[in-house]
Amino acid sequence: MASVSMTINGKQVSGEVEGRTLLVEFLREHQRLTGTHVGCDTTQCGACTIHMNGEAVKSCTMLAVQAEGADVSTIEGLANGDELHPMQEAFREHHGLQCGFCTPGMIMSATALAKRNPSPSEDDVRHWLEGNLCRCTGYHNIVKAVMAGARAMNA
Amino acid sequence: MYEFNYQKAGSVADAAAKVAGADDGTLMAGGMTLIPTLKQRLAMPSDVVDIGQLADLQGISVAGGKVSIGSMTTHDTVANSADVKGAIPALAVLASGIGDPMVRNRGTMGGSVANNDPAADYPGAVLGLGATVVTDKREIAGDAFFTGMFETALDEGEIITRIDFPVPTKAAYTKFPNPASRYAIVGVFVAQTADGVRVAVTGAGGTAFRATEMEAALNANFSPSALDGISVSSDGLNKDIHASAEYRAHLIGVMAKRAVAACG
Ligand SMILES: Cc1cc2nc3c(=O)[nH]c(=O)nc-3n(C[C@H](O)[C@H](O)[C@H](O)COP(=O)(O)OP(=O)(O)OC[C@H]3O[C@@H](n4cnc5c(N)ncnc54)[C@H](O)[C@@H]3O)c2cc1C
Ligand code: FES
Ligand code: FES
Repeated sequence: MASVSMTINGKQVSGEVEGRTLLVEFLREHQRLTGTHVGCDTTQCGACTIHMNGEAVKSCTMLAVQAEGADVSTIEGLANGDELHPMQEAFREHHGLQCGFCTPGMIMSATALAKRNPSPSEDDVRHWLEGNLCRCTGYHNIVKAVMAGARAMNA
Repeated sequence: MYEFNYQKAGSVADAAAKVAGADDGTLMAGGMTLIPTLKQRLAMPSDVVDIGQLADLQGISVAGGKVSIGSMTTHDTVANSADVKGAIPALAVLASGIGDPMVRNRGTMGGSVANNDPAADYPGAVLGLGATVVTDKREIAGDAFFTGMFETALDEGEIITRIDFPVPTKAAYTKFPNPASRYAIVGVFVAQTADGVRVAVTGAGGTAFRATEMEAALNANFSPSALDGISVSSDGLNKDIHASAEYRAHLIGVMAKRAVAACG
């Protein structure tokens, strides 16, 4: 066992993990932050996307110990109390989800895009979301939501 | 995943010592290939030695007609580097087309080249530019580095520290990506260099290779039409559910022409 500490959504946390413990297991099972989903566990679907030191990463393809000392944010850290984050609000407004399973990863990926590109085109969004799979929506409304959400975040 | 002992290396020498001291140690860079391999229990190392954060393996510098890139530099850093875009824009384009944003944020040049997946992009650039792979022990010419499918000239435990790319006169990389993973079904890197034209093909065969007949034609006349009439044999090319060997052979010609046209 090894001890690991990191900041998650602004809060300092630490825990005991095995070398092989995945970051997503640490988030979901040790920290009970179950908003981050595991869709494939094979680095394909992006449902497990979180931010580490401000960049989007797939938390199913990192060891918890690799996040030692890092600043991690997850979907739980976005809303301000009852007030949705502008990207969450845009997904609601544009009907960017159906079952919602892919949504936490989509939103974490989308907010990373919005930080780099304040007004992404449809093409920019479709390219950026190559690592996020959705089995329900057909992507169309997700793309609309991300374009609107990025503009709202940077308004 | 089988249990293993995770060790974080403090320096390149420390990493080499940790791998050598383990029963069956393996290096970890971005983990984008290694962690999925461990999950599938295709590998069972006793120790995983993490070199991903080592400061002396990061960074990009341009001097003396070459671009030197630390082996643990991520694909995203290469794709967005003003130095790379200025000196070898084709290399930035190549890096920006690897996988997806999350893979590019973690995956590294050294990990990609060491792994030598037949469908990986960077082997095309290493061969196409005639780069030099620098390790903790020696310098290996790009032409001698890729020895077979998932095989390289690296010795057991040898660590890639950086790759030096000579700056070409012109270069371009064009790939026909697998629409799901973005790995190359066929990718062609074309460069006009001080020593003539180089054409490297990745994705099509067991490992990246140079298309010498195309190089000769382009040395005589650097234009897409110079490649008319050159047909690539499908013998020994990869075939899978995504593309037959014949289709890949055809794509080599198409991608090569597009790359020459993109050189401008
Ligand atoms: C969904 C997905 C899509 C992808 N799409 C593409 C694509 O389109 N094109 C493409 O080219 N690649 C693609 N990749 C692969 C990606 O580029 C990986 O980053 C790369 O294969 C491995 O790099 P890494 O830094 O993650 O290495 P790791 O997974 O950490 O290591 C890979 C291997 O290299 C060895 N190694 C690592 N560093 C060194 C070193 N410095 N010296 C010696 N040996 C070393 C390790 O021991 C291990 O065996 C994709 C991966 C995923 C998961
Ligand atoms: S669960 Fe991580 S990519 Fe699918
Ligand atoms: S909304 Fe169901 S997977 Fe995307």
